[in-house]
Amino acid sequence: MLAIVDYGAGNLTSVRRALEHCGIPSVVTAEPEKLLGASGVIFPGVGAAGQAMQALAAAGLEAPLREIVAAGRPFLGICLGCQILLERSEEGDVATLGLAPGVCRRFPPDMREEDGSPAPVPHMGWNRLELVRPSRLFAGIGPEAEFYFVHSYYVDTEPGLEIARTRYGREFCSVYGRDGFWAVQFHPEKSGRPGLRLLENFYAYCREAACSRNGS
Amino acid sequence: MLSKRVIVCLDVRDGRLTKGVRFSGNEDIGDPVESARRYYEEGADEIVFYDITASAERRGIFLDVVARVAREIFIPFSVGGGVASVADMRAVLLAGAEKVSINSAAVREPALIARGAEAFGSQAVVVGMDVLAVPPTEAIPSGYEIVVHGGRKRTGLDALAWARRCEALGAGELCINSIDADGTRDGYELKLTRAIADAVSIPVIASGGAGEPRHLLAAVTEGRASAALVASIVHFGQYSIRACKECLAAGGVRTRLTW
Repeated sequence: MLAIVDYGAGNLTSVRRALEHCGIPSVVTAEPEKLLGASGVIFPGVGAAGQAMQALAAAGLEAPLREIVAAGRPFLGICLGCQILLERSEEGDVATLGLAPGVCRRFPPDMREEDGSPAPVPHMGWNRLELVRPSRLFAGIGPEAEFYFVHSYYVDTEPGLEIARTRYGREFCSVYGRDGFWAVQFHPEKSGRPGLRLLENFYAYCREAACSRNGS
Repeated sequence: MLSKRVIVCLDVRDGRLTKGVRFSGNEDIGDPVESARRYYEEGADEIVFYDITASAERRGIFLDVVARVAREIFIPFSVGGGVASVADMRAVLLAGAEKVSINSAAVREPALIARGAEAFGSQAVVVGMDVLAVPPTEAIPSGYEIVVHGGRKRTGLDALAWARRCEALGAGELCINSIDADGTRDGYELKLTRAIADAVSIPVIASGGAGEPRHLLAAVTEGRASAALVASIVHFGQYSIRACKECLAAGGVRTRLTW
């Protein structure tokens, strides 16, 4: 069973529907016990960083999230969830969770695509990834796969944590993390089959991790 | 680099497609949920549903369609038709759509664009514009006028000025439907599409007039659109989404080819 963190930050049901379609059991919850008891946690989010941090504080979820990550429970941040795992966001200049090193930065104005056409913000639509480090999150997903992005800020983290990069006006980190702790800037739940495959890969990891925890 | 999108438009009345959709198997499908699923599987980058239900009391049927579609397709989809308030927007977004498209309601009440963007983010607000070519005047210097009610009613708004105003109010995207080109199958109105794409920095969707895949290529190159909307060209089984996209790729345009 996966738990989707419910802190009033938008489209949680779309993640749940995608999991349902993949036959992955999930629960949308704000209860720390349920989050800690799940085999893996998905941390989505749409909206602004400051509001999301306030909502997490109001729901009393900051400490449980830290506990989940510290305990090494499988964790997947999506979109805003990926951004606020970092230490700080330029969106409203707020301190964020600090569960990963780095800062979330605003795309500069007047960016251009490789062909010279304007690259307005938000970066919205289908784009590719360039894997800079192999990750089991992308098992069975080809290099030509595209994912659906909607964001105005981008992740700036340690190079050693970067898993994939994407080009839009500039090159930025679109996936980071390590085994069991991942964050993706795009929306896997809206990225067709490759996105669903990524969720399945995450769930497969969660099951294995749960088995080895129970076995030890 | 972003891929250029191919968006499929489905018209829904009382919970059914207004015209049947033919797929390669040749069967005629009137169910919007099943058609959406098929287009999702055939590579549509996005799907738009227009509700042309006449009566408000049947609105629930449409929202139910939206909710059922959301369980079947895992790409963005938007909903338009009869959306006239923030409450209407919230209802379709809660039912599972990513975006809501407003058209005549925005002309009637431009503040609706700002209120929608504030409540749900600009990325969720698409403004649809029906545009008619007219002789240029002082009031309509571009020679393109915004019309409403399926093109029957002129508004006196210059399309370029209106496009800039929509952007300033917080619209995330503009869908430009040429009344002149609509239904002709002779291609999109490229001059109009390009004029608007050059006037704003938000994505522009070309709509109306597609008759063959090369028209889509022209829309995203000459017309500078970010996406092309298709309906009958794919509904009648004449071309597949893949054929449209392969034409884009052959023209050197980045587009999503695996799904």
